[in-house]
Amino acid sequence: MIAYTIRRLLVLPVIMLVLSFVVFSLLSALGPAKQLASYVTGPAQLRTGKAGLQALEHKYGLDKPFWVRYWNWLNNVLHGNLGWSQWARMSVTQAIIHYVPASAELVLYAVFPIIFGGIWLGVLAAVHQDKPIDHITRVSAIIGWAFPSFVLGLVILLVFYGMLHWFPPGRLSNWASLVVMSSSFHRYTGLNTIDGILNGRLDVTFNAFRHIIGPVITLSLLEWALLLRVMRSSMLEVLRQDYIRTARAKGLTEKVVIYKHARRNALTSSITVGGLLVAGLFTGGAITETVFTYRGLGYFFVNAAVSLDYAAVLGTALFVSFIIVVANLIVDLLYAAIDPRVRLE
Amino acid sequence: MNALKDFWALHRIGYIRMAKKLLTNPLSLTGLVLLVMFSFVAIAAPWIAPPPPGARNPYMIPRDGFWYTPRPPSPEHPFGTTSGQYDIYYGVIWGTRTAFRVGLEVVLSIVTIGVVLGLIAGFFGGIVDNLLMRLVDLMFAFPGLLGAIVITTIIGKGLNPVILAFILVGWPFYARLMRGEVIHVRENDYVAAARAVGASPFRIMFRHVLPNTIFVVFAVATLDIGTQMVGVAAMSFFGLGSPVGYADWGQMVAFSRDWIVGSAGNPVQYWYTLIYPGAAIVLFVLAFALLGDAFRDILDPRMRGSR
Repeated sequence: MIAYTIRRLLVLPVIMLVLSFVVFSLLSALGPAKQLASYVTGPAQLRTGKAGLQALEHKYGLDKPFWVRYWNWLNNVLHGNLGWSQWARMSVTQAIIHYVPASAELVLYAVFPIIFGGIWLGVLAAVHQDKPIDHITRVSAIIGWAFPSFVLGLVILLVFYGMLHWFPPGRLSNWASLVVMSSSFHRYTGLNTIDGILNGRLDVTFNAFRHIIGPVITLSLLEWALLLRVMRSSMLEVLRQDYIRTARAKGLTEKVVIYKHARRNALTSSITVGGLLVAGLFTGGAITETVFTYRGLGYFFVNAAVSLDYAAVLGTALFVSFIIVVANLIVDLLYAAIDPRVRLE
Repeated sequence: MNALKDFWALHRIGYIRMAKKLLTNPLSLTGLVLLVMFSFVAIAAPWIAPPPPGARNPYMIPRDGFWYTPRPPSPEHPFGTTSGQYDIYYGVIWGTRTAFRVGLEVVLSIVTIGVVLGLIAGFFGGIVDNLLMRLVDLMFAFPGLLGAIVITTIIGKGLNPVILAFILVGWPFYARLMRGEVIHVRENDYVAAARAVGASPFRIMFRHVLPNTIFVVFAVATLDIGTQMVGVAAMSFFGLGSPVGYADWGQMVAFSRDWIVGSAGNPVQYWYTLIYPGAAIVLFVLAFALLGDAFRDILDPRMRGSR
């Protein structure tokens, strides 16, 4: 296990270097004027005529050969400088730091219903194979799969906001935003629900929850469709194994057989979709955040893309791809820890 | 022609059994009916929603004035109008063509690229395999929408750039799937036999390995037509895809965004702006999801008995 972990960890910097190279190549594919746009902090700097532009290109080293530019850019990235976001009107690094807590909060509350709900439903469907419960969950999963997140999100808004006024869009109501931004409110974590408790403002926490439930429901319904199917089929595979027959034969109760013997083994193969789940949380999150105007990283990313804010899009893409690579590594390590066959490969 | 005849003679029973299964299973039958319906709408679009006389591009939804507030369904506009008075009925009908075009263009391209590369990687192995699969791993760090958004920002907005973006990020999945299948099939005796009688690698790949691996890809690709269409629709929803007023379901859903909340007495006053294009998307994806599921049950022997 240690050898496997070390081997995987050694490859990590190489992958990240290649990823950074891909992102830089994409940046270089842009014309010089567009590249400059990711360095300057205001349009006024670009209205200085041809000589001014050339001076700027020289200043930011855009007239240097490719490898020199890549080296300089990489140096900047390693020092946390990803360029200037025109859309957010701050540096991309600042913008990412500003928007990440909102997304982290969303993921934090979405991950539990997704994982536990998905597993529970998958096991339920498998145990009742070909009975009404199985058919209902399977058909719901297919229908859930057919609902794109932007339609599902809007339907949820229509019902829970338009009709019932329960879960409004945005991250906080206006009064709560004012409280959070006031100087007496200390932002410990950036997560509104937790900061509200830490500051003794339970009304803020309650308000934050009202805003987060809609996106959480949307994300959960989407991811359940995937997880349920994987869990169901791996559970069915396990239930046909000899050791399950043995367990039944020695007189264990059905509950013990299913939850102790079968579910644990079925879980191992479900972990492989963990990587998909992480990627799904980001891409699904980007749409969900946009639909609910929930100002997180995905919202920032999509809006930056719509306004052709190159630095922000590429910087965020680099950041997210790093997270995905690390998450995939963790998933693989977890899988190897549980299933020894993987690391002997 | 002879090869085709042989193929038919060999697989006739299989195809008949497959058709029977598709028609008797209520789920796949629903999918089939939906697909036929959508195909009819797409083909008949010029007759069931005739473009206004003198329209230069039938895909641009005609506007009835420029009034900001959507108008409810009326005899003139059976599904109502959006904000800006785009006719929803016309948009949904012609949007079906866009949906088919997008889904088929993306899926056919990524399946072709993925299958060929996966075949080469799996069949030859060694350094080719290693390089291709590392490339695939790399692409997986920019999953679907994330990669598509990045590429679209670089190459520019519009429906065609978005389709290209989804092709560029979509093929690695099929390359990996195909490679896995090929590695399995490659070890079979009939491949060794073909090699022993001196068949060229090219012939072995396309005559012996491909026909035995393609069915799994086929099942996944069916499901994917809907999924890829939704990806492109999401881009149009954001405003990165088709131009304003183009018959595209994703954009029509975007039109409804500002009209989720109705007036005080009637909270769902503007339901039609969301429900019609939304239902079109959901049913379209559902059709391919149901069919893809059925194909997988029928074609993938490993799934047999487990579902």
